[in-house]
Amino acid sequence: MTLTYEDVIAKYEPVLGLEVHVELNTHSKMFCGCSTDFGGEPNTQTCPVCLGMPGALPVVNEKAIESSILIGLALNCSIAPFSRFSRKNYFYPDMPKNFQISQYDEPICVNGYLDVEIDTEEGIKKFRVEIERVHMEEDTGKSLHVGGATGRIHGADYSLLDYNRAGIPLVEIVTKIVPGTGKYAPEVAKAYVAQLRDILRSLGVSDVRMEQGSLRCDANVSLRLIGAEQLGTRSETKNVNSLRSVERAVRGEMIRHAELLNKGERVVQETRHFQEDTGLTRSGRSKEQAEDYRYFPEPDLVPVAPDAAWIEKLRESLPEHPSLRRARLQEQWAVPDKEMAAMLNADALDIVEETVLLGADPTRARGWWLGEISRIANESGVAIVELAITPKDVAQIVALVAKGDLTDKLARQVVEGVIAGEGTPQQVIDSRGLKVVSDESALMAAIERAIAAQPETAEKIRNGHIPAAGALIGAVMKDTKGQADAARVRELLLAHLGQPNTINP
Amino acid sequence: MSQLSRSDVANLARLARIDMTDAELDHLATEMDVILAAVARVQEVATPEIAPTSHPIPIHNVTRPDVVSASLTPEAALSGAPAQEDNRFRVPQILGEEA
Repeated sequence: MTLTYEDVIAKYEPVLGLEVHVELNTHSKMFCGCSTDFGGEPNTQTCPVCLGMPGALPVVNEKAIESSILIGLALNCSIAPFSRFSRKNYFYPDMPKNFQISQYDEPICVNGYLDVEIDTEEGIKKFRVEIERVHMEEDTGKSLHVGGATGRIHGADYSLLDYNRAGIPLVEIVTKIVPGTGKYAPEVAKAYVAQLRDILRSLGVSDVRMEQGSLRCDANVSLRLIGAEQLGTRSETKNVNSLRSVERAVRGEMIRHAELLNKGERVVQETRHFQEDTGLTRSGRSKEQAEDYRYFPEPDLVPVAPDAAWIEKLRESLPEHPSLRRARLQEQWAVPDKEMAAMLNADALDIVEETVLLGADPTRARGWWLGEISRIANESGVAIVELAITPKDVAQIVALVAKGDLTDKLARQVVEGVIAGEGTPQQVIDSRGLKVVSDESALMAAIERAIAAQPETAEKIRNGHIPAAGALIGAVMKDTKGQADAARVRELLLAHLGQPNTINP
Repeated sequence: MSQLSRSDVANLARLARIDMTDAELDHLATEMDVILAAVARVQEVATPEIAPTSHPIPIHNVTRPDVVSASLTPEAALSGAPAQEDNRFRVPQILGEEA
């Protein structure tokens, strides 16, 4: 028996905790000069430092420290006047050193917050997500598991390691526990990651591409009976690679926990992996044996102690905060609150802005992205940004509608065609024959029928005998039971037969 | 007084992936305890005025500019690897079927 989400929230209160890893977009790695470019041939971006060769010494990338401080400032954190790196010891081949350089008890930024807004049936709701810490570390290498049934680590015969990614600067942003979201926990989790991503993008410190792994979210979820003080056992879901997945993962885990608890079973504290296709999670490495990373201060790196002048200089360089940008765009575009929230929820602000910057009317641009395009995205279960339609396409379609070359109805077909991979709007218009027609596509069909029934008449018109058009127009009027506009039919007919519309009937 | 039990040593050995015999564990439990006791004398002179330190010299903010430098060739990077395949380091099975 599967519980519904309503069953879960009627009985339990979810408590969230979110850990977001962000790959910084520095040119070089955290502790060495190897390139951070994405997609290079295996092991072409390594050196003695990031391969963990004996005697190689790390030196911190200054830009990575500045990016980390910027992130802390944008998240209303205190910047630690003194901060240290630590070694996190574990045996796993994704780090050739057998430890990861991270920060432990002295992170660079602490105690911040991010206010998130979600759109609910009760109106716009605000939640404050408190940030516990922002710390610096290095990314791990990429493993390829060979053999076994599924390419998964379990049951693989052996693994192949590419260390190009090992040592890329990584910033981990950890929230405090987030209670009190109630039934909105999945939406709050998604909104938090979305707004965090917007901030990181505006800071220019990361590519924040979830699908490429430069922004990764681990969602911790636990349940407790409503009114209970004590926290329940949490699970930590990894591999959540899109905003939509964040929401699905939290919702799915809430239901899974509730089913266990209702049966009197216990939730196991463990890492779980989100499955994009099913929306469910499966058990990963068990944490039965409490992790013991034996952190100790990294002896090869000296402490980081940013002085006030450095921090203030960085503070002055902070860009427009995304919440201010949202307010500005909402005012410029005259968007009602409810629709603004819908646009944020659909993660459409950037794409609408791009469309507007390409000359489209803001209301029209918004209408397309949140209307027809969102509808198709929902049907296919993907985000609008993943569809094969770009702001440029939409701007062109808006322009064609404004010019009268397309009606809304035809424009919808163009949108559909572009999304279906049929090419640019113009290519779709040409290949589907949507060019210079009215919304009365039934009318065109009638014209075709009239021409087919009277080919000689049509031929006369083609040869320039315009008065012959009367017979065909009459046939179309009859075909459409007189409901067509004769002037419009004449326009369409003559255009169709390649003749100028010279005589007004 | 014993600071470090035999099971502590066994746990450390496990974490460090060092296979130890019972005799070695017995021996090290005693020996490491003596070493710890010797080092623990530092605590006698530690006062709240002295900040814990991880470096003998009080320097900080040693950084490098964000500039790309040459990497090793894959051949050089892999030259010391016990096994390789397709320009990647080949490592033995990481996890078994269950877990």
